[in-house]
Amino acid sequence: MAESICRALRDGALEGEHAPALTIKDSIASPFGFHVFCHVLSQLSSFILAGKSQSGGLVVVSFSRSPSFYLELLKNKGIDVVSSDKRIQILDCYSDPLGWKDRLIEAGNFTALSHEASNSSTANVLKDVKHMDKLYNSIVERGKGLIGGGKNRFSVAIDSVDEMSRHASTSSVAGLLSNLRSHDQVSSIFWLLHSDLHEARVAAVLEYLSSMVTSLEPLHQPANGHRGDLENLSLIEHNLKKGKFHVRIKRRNGRVRVMSEEVHIEQSGISFTSLSSEGAINQGLVPKVQFSLELSEKERIDRANVVLPFEHQGNGKPIQIYDGRRSLADSKHERQVAATEKVQTNEDSGGGEIIYFRDSDDEMPDSDEDPDDDLDI
Amino acid sequence: MNQRSSNLLDEALGLDQSIEPWPLRGRIVAIEDQVETSGSFVLHHILKRSLSPNSSNVSIFIAFSQPFSHYDRVLRKLGCNLVTQRDNNRFFFFDMLMLQCPGGDEGISPECGLIALYGKIYKTIVALPEVSSKNVTIIIDDLSLMEVAANGSSDYVLDFMHYCRTLTTEFDCSLIALNHEDIYSSADRPTFLLQMEYLADILIKAEPLATGLASDVHGQLTVLNKGMNYRQGSSRNKISNFHFKVKENVVECFYPGSQG
Repeated sequence: MAESICRALRDGALEGEHAPALTIKDSIASPFGFHVFCHVLSQLSSFILAGKSQSGGLVVVSFSRSPSFYLELLKNKGIDVVSSDKRIQILDCYSDPLGWKDRLIEAGNFTALSHEASNSSTANVLKDVKHMDKLYNSIVERGKGLIGGGKNRFSVAIDSVDEMSRHASTSSVAGLLSNLRSHDQVSSIFWLLHSDLHEARVAAVLEYLSSMVTSLEPLHQPANGHRGDLENLSLIEHNLKKGKFHVRIKRRNGRVRVMSEEVHIEQSGISFTSLSSEGAINQGLVPKVQFSLELSEKERIDRANVVLPFEHQGNGKPIQIYDGRRSLADSKHERQVAATEKVQTNEDSGGGEIIYFRDSDDEMPDSDEDPDDDLDI
Repeated sequence: MNQRSSNLLDEALGLDQSIEPWPLRGRIVAIEDQVETSGSFVLHHILKRSLSPNSSNVSIFIAFSQPFSHYDRVLRKLGCNLVTQRDNNRFFFFDMLMLQCPGGDEGISPECGLIALYGKIYKTIVALPEVSSKNVTIIIDDLSLMEVAANGSSDYVLDFMHYCRTLTTEFDCSLIALNHEDIYSSADRPTFLLQMEYLADILIKAEPLATGLASDVHGQLTVLNKGMNYRQGSSRNKISNFHFKVKENVVECFYPGSQG
């Protein structure tokens, strides 16, 4: 499923249509959004450099990581950005997003060290990220610079819409993303969002702008207990290595396709597998003891079929409560049957039964005090 | 005695092995505490370890909470002389107790406020000899008081933290910040707290015990060490939980049920 998203971004926009847009959404309970962003970034970069994609270049708008981080990330995936024919440009909104360094220099007695000089060909520092117009123009300028004129297109990757939303209003951020999507030279666009940093409507606005939404959720919900609870701790640790990866794709014909996978964060990187059954997940959490703590499939079915004495069957019949005494008619039948079989076996579909023998037939049922008087039985 | 009892905390932070080069280089540590369980002892512990005679670490301490004399007293009991370290240019103390930023967004001038503080930290690091080989630790005590000094603008504080973060990438500094969880957790959406949690490579939470107050256990520490190495896109999340007891000259850390 993750691959289908990357393919959709690779294939880009149809003539006369908006570019496909992907929102990657996570929360603190399952903070893998950035891993997924890096995965999609490396995949799309490979496609672009191999000439397999609609877009001829990629503009990475980096708010939350330095440009050198992305250079190194791509280098480790075998993509050398510097020598890659200038197909990838990084717009640096990380190093000095608000122009503080310039203001300090103006105020005197401050010298900023020139750092990342080697990246100056690929990284361009933006010092005023509060104005979405300027940001939009910078992105489009970089993109056009990558591909030249004509019918070529470029892709855009924004590593943190949260940072953008901190500096500008939701409507201007939405405006920027919408304008990029509808720009006829933009092939595809994707961004990362931490859903718990915003009101629900902000996330909703961004989701409406996207043709694909991936959201990350924890595999296990820890109980509302205290952190010190060992079980909770192991659940939290589990949740930090694995999660659920949901994908929602809006098709052109209006249909929405929803898929889910499991995502694993390992030493070697991120991997996606199909969702395992709940039993397999819980296997890892069951303590290892010498007796079986779990039910077999047959036992589970039998348990599900047991009719509890006070359970409403909902079949309209008056509720018969078996109090352990058999009526005369029944007991006669019983004596005949009991002679041949001691144990009632179930020959039907395996329905379970509760067999209750009262200690003594002389025992009267509880008369005056009915402990269940207050219950609706 | 000191080393033995704080071993669990050192282990969780990666400080139990050699501290040269400084294991927290380029990493951000966020400490969250509550009224019942103050997390300042974690700050003091990291400060003490960073000023260990075996290392060439430099610490820049940004104090919004207490004056120098307070930390001097506390660290003396832990066996560290801040005055000597300050004289040796290994410890820089920025007293921010009287900082009051001018109100209004556009009124933020570089002469005062957090922009100036950032400038001051930058200049201090750049002025250090052989800056590339020094391990600089920036410690902030604490973020909620910084927000007060910024007239309640958490955005301004987050901007400042972003710029401090650029220092971790530019100079490989470590950044340690203390914040109070219970101030923000009652809000509908504790955004400020969450922003720091997303930012942090190591998250340390000091909380009371689930069972309430106790005389021989002061609280529990949960250390989430993300161990992230985004360069390879890998991550080694490790979570540790243990109890602690703050004594006069030392903090004892031990697993639940194994007092001492």
